[in-house]
Amino acid sequence: MFIKYSKDHEWVSINNDIGTVGITDHAQKHLGDVVFVELPNLYKIISKGDEACVVESVKAASEIYAPLSGEIIQINDLLTNTPSVINTDPLCEGWIFKIKISNTEEINTLMDEIAYKNFTS
Amino acid sequence: MSDATLKTTPLNALHHELGATMVPFVGYDMPIQFPLGILKEHRHTRTKAGLFDVSHMGQLQIYGKDGAKIFERLVPGNIRGLDTGCMRYTQFTNDDGGILDDLIVTNAVDHLFVVVNAACKEQDIAIMKSAFGNELRILDDRALLALQGPVAVNVLVRLAPSAANLTFMTGAAMEVGGFHCFVTRSGYTGEDGYEISVPAENAECLARKLLTSHEVEAVGLGARDSLRLEAGLCLYGQDIDISTSPVEAALLWSISKRRRKNADFPGANRIQKEITEGISRQRVGIKTKGRALARRGCKILDQNGKLIGKITSGCFGPSVQSSIAMGYVIREYATINTVVFLMIRDNLIPAIIVEMPFITPGYKR
Repeated sequence: MFIKYSKDHEWVSINNDIGTVGITDHAQKHLGDVVFVELPNLYKIISKGDEACVVESVKAASEIYAPLSGEIIQINDLLTNTPSVINTDPLCEGWIFKIKISNTEEINTLMDEIAYKNFTS
Repeated sequence: MSDATLKTTPLNALHHELGATMVPFVGYDMPIQFPLGILKEHRHTRTKAGLFDVSHMGQLQIYGKDGAKIFERLVPGNIRGLDTGCMRYTQFTNDDGGILDDLIVTNAVDHLFVVVNAACKEQDIAIMKSAFGNELRILDDRALLALQGPVAVNVLVRLAPSAANLTFMTGAAMEVGGFHCFVTRSGYTGEDGYEISVPAENAECLARKLLTSHEVEAVGLGARDSLRLEAGLCLYGQDIDISTSPVEAALLWSISKRRRKNADFPGANRIQKEITEGISRQRVGIKTKGRALARRGCKILDQNGKLIGKITSGCFGPSVQSSIAMGYVIREYATINTVVFLMIRDNLIPAIIVEMPFITPGYKR
């Protein structure tokens, strides 16, 4: 298992062909208090870069783009009533959806932790 | 770094020192939030007290014995009927009955004290300048602080004991912490609280004195917006503007019987006609099912998918714990408990027309 990052400030934890997606700590700090998450539809097939779902903070609505192509196989129901978990635990409890990756080659287009740290500094 | 083209309030350095996130707001460098964050700042104001810098707003004085009489040529509000120390919400209207700005007028014994929106300040000054000439004084050397929340009174009486004597929508000149201030028991949050007009050079010192109380937190514009929306209060430029009349905006309560009957204010024809013949659309409160947020511009549909209106303000109401909004709908749909649908992105979200305010106000009458 390893973690990759997108330029849109999402993290993907990759375990074989399953990716768990959330937003980074940098992103949640920038967004401010999250008050609503419009989760993606289960079993939806999406392509890398497509709008997957929307995270709304007290400041604005932000689209979350699919960091990889594939099928949405699980969504984090905890966020329906407790969206603030994205602020308090963005990298663990605050995951948003799981995707069955259809093209593992796309993983190489994402950043590793060091590259992402440089990207945000 | 601050944008050099932006104006600053006398509390600008303090905001930066407190770690505020600053944004450009109607030409001013203003705090949108402090490190506490919008949700906590909002809740703190509802449970304790929040300190707001609203110095960007326009403060004016009108002298002359005919001040109130002349003022009534500009607004539909009952200004002549204001007792000493009393204040009233009203609007500048144009000849078409549209709202040019909303404002508060206080009878301050020997003058009228007027507070107008920052965004409309120049227009409003021009209107008042032509009506009052040299009797108009622009108080650009004063800051305006708002101390809002259920314990605001306990905090303020330590610095100004007579603040306790004021009731909701009254004001008086008094010393606050040794500074010459004009204090009103009013605000824009739905809570009990005060607005304090203080000389610019004393503003930071007074703000620091108020912030020494552990019950007081600095609050930014973000929470100010969610607080006023929960309180059902309009934001000029969003919920009311030149195209909306006070009747459509559900502000008829602010026009007295005498003013309605005499119809001697700008746009009186339209407003009288709307009172007798009814209006085609009305400002209403809306609560969505679930947490999906209805942002400004979102379409309102009926059960058959017919477009019946638009959202003018929407947010997550931290105290209501749900998504709330204001908007205009065709009159037939303005009845409380009417079910409507909001087009939020590509989804139709059920919502209901509700009474405003969304919270129970804490005003001390």
